[in-house]
Amino acid sequence: MELSTKTEEQLRIVSVQDSRIDASVALEFKDAMRSETDGGPDLVVLDLSNVEFIDSSGLGAIVAAMKNMGADRKLALAGLTPTVQRVFQLTRMDSVFSVFPTLDGALAELRG
Amino acid sequence: MAPALLPPFELSITSGELAVREALGRFIAALSPISLEVEETGTVELVMAEVLNNIVEHAYPDATKPGPIDIRCAHKADGLHVSITDAGLAMPDGKLPLGEPVSVDVALDDLPEGGFGWFLIQDLAKDVHYARNSHQNRLTMRLPVGMTG
Repeated sequence: MELSTKTEEQLRIVSVQDSRIDASVALEFKDAMRSETDGGPDLVVLDLSNVEFIDSSGLGAIVAAMKNMGADRKLALAGLTPTVQRVFQLTRMDSVFSVFPTLDGALAELRG
Repeated sequence: MAPALLPPFELSITSGELAVREALGRFIAALSPISLEVEETGTVELVMAEVLNNIVEHAYPDATKPGPIDIRCAHKADGLHVSITDAGLAMPDGKLPLGEPVSVDVALDDLPEGGFGWFLIQDLAKDVHYARNSHQNRLTMRLPVGMTG
């Protein structure tokens, strides 16, 4: 599970390089997210534009990553492809996260 | 003339984490002649992933003792009729989980990290049925995609 990160003044962008977050990598993703977000900025944007497929284990791992950051910090999601977007909608998890169609849109909004 | 139906096909794998990815790839590839919409392919891949992950995690929980998973698919006018058979542990109480939606109106710490799988299966697949016979689990369902009727 490869993640790349870019840190700006007020936020950190974590981009998933793999095309799938599924049961076989969910644990690895959770651990990688922990090391990319612990001690970093309060606002993290998870760029999912390369991800074509997530299953319920992948969804659970993204929820776990947000819980690990704690209630005072924020995890926003950006660049959801149609199939990924649908998993969030069906489970109503799109109401739990701030979801942005594109990374650029997320940054324009969140940089304030 | 009605669009052609895909001839029935079967595929078999041995349980394991990476076997699920392999099975999904082969299953989706076998459907390529009927050119499903992106959303339909997403439905098929998601439901099949959830069913197969459940078998790998719960029917064959000991990774050192993997077992067979057999998938059969018949394309009919009302969609794909899929059966998945394994020789692992039975479902708890011999019944399908209800697959109720998880609660999202809760505090951060109480948000669920699991329990989405059966909800997605029951939400997206039709006529989901489970039977335990001769030490085998058999799940049958209809995926309402590629419909010609």
